[in-house]
Amino acid sequence: MSKKDLRVKIGEVKTEKGTMKDLEISIGRIFEEEWEEPVGPTPFPSIKDLRNWDFKLLKRYKPFYMPFCDLCCFCTYGKCDLTKNKRGACGIDMAGQQARIVLLACAIGAATHCGHARHLVEHLIEEYGRDTPLSMGENVEIEAPHVRLVCGIRPRKIKDLEIALDYVENQVTHLLSAIHTGQEGHWMDFESKVFHAGMIDHVAMEIADIAQIAVYNFPKADPDAPLVELGAGVVDSKKPTILVVGHNVPPAIAIADYLTKENLVGSVEVAGLCCTAIDLTRYSSFAKIIGPMSWTLRFIRSGLADVIVVDEQCVRTNLVEEAKKIGALFIATSEKNCQGLPNRTNDPADQIVDDLVSGKQPGVLIFDTEKVGEVAVKAALAVAPKRKKKRSLLTPKEIIEGSKKCIKCQECIKACPDNLPVMYAVNDAARGDLSKLAELYEKCIGCARCESACSVNLPLHTYIISAAEKKMTEEKFKIRAGRGPISDIEIREVGQPIVFGEIPGVVAFVGCPNYANGGKEIPEMVDEFAKRRYIITLSGCAAMTAGMFKDEEGKTVYEKYHGRFDAGGVVNVGSCVSNPHISGAAIKIARIFAKRNIRANYEEIADYVYNRIGAVGVAWGAMSQKAASIASGFWRLGVPVIVGPHGSKYRRMLLGRKDRDEDWYVWDARTGKKVYVGPAPEHLFYTAETKEEAMVMIAKLCIRPNDTTKGRAIKLTHYIDLYKKFYGKLPDDIHLYVRTKADIPLTMKDEILAYLEAKGWKEKATPDPTLLPRLIRKKEG
Amino acid sequence: MKLEPYQKAEIPGPSKAFAISNAKLLLAKIKKAKKPLMIIGHKSLELEINGKLLIDYLVEIAKKYRIPVITSTPTYLEIKRRGYETVYPMNLIEAASMVKDPSWTGFDGKGNYDLVFIAGFPYYYEWLTLSGLKHFSSIETISLDPYYQPHASWSFPTMKKEEWAKIINELLE
Ligand code: SF4
Ligand code: SF4
Ligand code: SF4
Repeated sequence: MSKKDLRVKIGEVKTEKGTMKDLEISIGRIFEEEWEEPVGPTPFPSIKDLRNWDFKLLKRYKPFYMPFCDLCCFCTYGKCDLTKNKRGACGIDMAGQQARIVLLACAIGAATHCGHARHLVEHLIEEYGRDTPLSMGENVEIEAPHVRLVCGIRPRKIKDLEIALDYVENQVTHLLSAIHTGQEGHWMDFESKVFHAGMIDHVAMEIADIAQIAVYNFPKADPDAPLVELGAGVVDSKKPTILVVGHNVPPAIAIADYLTKENLVGSVEVAGLCCTAIDLTRYSSFAKIIGPMSWTLRFIRSGLADVIVVDEQCVRTNLVEEAKKIGALFIATSEKNCQGLPNRTNDPADQIVDDLVSGKQPGVLIFDTEKVGEVAVKAALAVAPKRKKKRSLLTPKEIIEGSKKCIKCQECIKACPDNLPVMYAVNDAARGDLSKLAELYEKCIGCARCESACSVNLPLHTYIISAAEKKMTEEKFKIRAGRGPISDIEIREVGQPIVFGEIPGVVAFVGCPNYANGGKEIPEMVDEFAKRRYIITLSGCAAMTAGMFKDEEGKTVYEKYHGRFDAGGVVNVGSCVSNPHISGAAIKIARIFAKRNIRANYEEIADYVYNRIGAVGVAWGAMSQKAASIASGFWRLGVPVIVGPHGSKYRRMLLGRKDRDEDWYVWDARTGKKVYVGPAPEHLFYTAETKEEAMVMIAKLCIRPNDTTKGRAIKLTHYIDLYKKFYGKLPDDIHLYVRTKADIPLTMKDEILAYLEAKGWKEKATPDPTLLPRLIRKKEG
Repeated sequence: MKLEPYQKAEIPGPSKAFAISNAKLLLAKIKKAKKPLMIIGHKSLELEINGKLLIDYLVEIAKKYRIPVITSTPTYLEIKRRGYETVYPMNLIEAASMVKDPSWTGFDGKGNYDLVFIAGFPYYYEWLTLSGLKHFSSIETISLDPYYQPHASWSFPTMKKEEWAKIINELLE
């Protein structure tokens, strides 16, 4: 029985203790409810409830599957050879198997955020009580757009989030079970479940972020959130330094609190990698961000950290060993990431510190966050004087001598995900020239696969960072601290220009740093679209990477552009779990600007967003399963996502076919007629080969059927302008996007008119677009 | 000359590309094809073989045998700059998804292509696209990179660049 079957609404109940009004009982919990918005058709939707909507999208955007290998090795019937659609022993074919792998990735991603949210909510309830209010600040009335939209509840206190959490955990279990051999078999139903995983993932992330924003008092929809120091060079290497790594911030916050309590702020550096760093700087004014997760080894091998504290997700899994190499002490804090370490949670802090500093135990596991704070700080203070004397990086002489051992086997190049010319750089180094090694630093994603593969065990990654030491220590940038939600006031101001297309689009740079061509492409793209007055939103490692480049005036994009959710804004919402503020902004536009009911009304709102809100996600270095589920949450809501070349490894794209007119009809909600609207947006999931290709596609994917003529003309201006810049000619599909002559950008009028004439273009209608016949106000005839 | 993937971990499974060992084979394939197509990636602008960029070899082949080319930016501009006009801008995976569809009539509207040459992409990106075509279409694919792409129907082995250039130069004679 699904949860909604167990929800009962009662107008008034009299008990011994008094009279209670507007009661809603949900699976045994009493949930106070005074919300006038009617409950829509899909409260707490099950894995089947939005299947029809998913199929509408999948009809337009057919998956193109790209298996890594020909086999399936999921069960003991196998391995089964599925080449060219042979079937496995269980009956599955290659399309089904690939869709199943995509679902597995997305279910893992959603589960990871569910687990993260559950831990945070439990921790915060324990520390601050169940009745802690969930305020997102005075300018945010819709505190949890995803929870409202999907679950149909309005969380007011932290305890209310448990209801939504129960739901998402339940759904993750069902999704995972569908992957079992002999359950789901058809690619289309796997794909529908992929979308479901994405949708619940955004609910889970939202729960995590609003809980931490409310309780820790992170910036609440603040466009002027402070600028924070960013980069490997911002840490004062003379001071004891604690490095925090991961995503789940309570242990890092405990460190900041302990430093404050003991008046040690300024004497100890606290800096972080990945989302824990972002979230810590939303809390503490003295914490610093080193950079994205893929460069973990750079910072650790540079030897600056005296103590390394890890929590969960995207943490390099051999950091105990890496810490040992540089003599740093190691503390693990999450039950999901115990690293084989002894559990010292119940031991006195001073004893743990002694054991760490004396080297009796190089690493420990502590689940009590407060104790983590105390141990980390005391251990850093104790070990720093000893450690700081040692140098971790190599001298040029050491690199040159080592490089001479290279046997030119090329194994390093073949192991490198980007086939970087490591061997050639090493051979130059053997001749005394380290410049090629230093150059590798720009493009290297820091995986150290080269050195794992090296036939003569050269520490190749350390060679690269040692050769680029000067550059690394000069990396000093600024990033705006994660601001959390978009305020209702901002939505009120931009709702109309976005829906009409006059703000040409919202571009969300999100996700991991597995860049095929170095990080610099992110700030370049951000700058291009901010200059063009799109709204740029960012989160996680992409938000950091955007800040790691300065223009000729020495400014990062965060210093160059304002932080409002408005044209030309560069808006860092926060960490990975802040992504739902971006998708949530689209939901809020539907509610605040268009006055649509969002409560348990997913399909209608997704239809609204899909047809009206020119938003596109760019996950340029997407690496993880979480990135997959985050993307799929955008897809179900009708927001296309572009990934960089490594994103092709998700093994399936969702591509539209602009040459098939029949795919691009919508209903006109005013007349009930079917109307051709062009391929808008053309694709739902797309790998771009180069940044130039990505930029053209970003502009194109912002086009929506609902654009007014003014809006369409603005969007076409950017699309055509970028296309001309990067392809040197007009695009070949303008006729599909020009509905009337008023859509033509004024400055390009003659050229485009001539083009349209050659194409035999005819005027088209601009409908009130929907894919849902039930939303037609007047039936045809 | 080993039939070994260029990226160590990319192990394809039971069905692997046949090795191209000489120019005659390539020539026979081109002659037999009713409608060949070439897809070129931006790595062809970086990879130098015997003092010449990969893109220059590829454009010369396309010119000589009048093979239409699909490519993205910035490669598109570079191919135009080399004086070749039968070039269409399109993303690699999108191109593969079109080629996969027997009802697609190609850029000339006269029918789909029956042989696809591919080269110059990041190794894994080309790998995956070739796999998509191998499993979900009947089209013949030939990788022209100087290293083994096992998901193609035909591929050069991972080989010395000079040997690769010798075969390609024969094709261009
Ligand atoms: S550490 Fe850098 S150079 Fe080495 S394999 Fe990874 S990306 Fe390539
Ligand atoms: S793997 Fe090691 S020995 Fe082989 S080429 Fe690379 S650096 Fe030289
Ligand atoms: S594929 Fe990913 S998870 Fe697997 S070993 Fe490589 S980095 Fe780790």
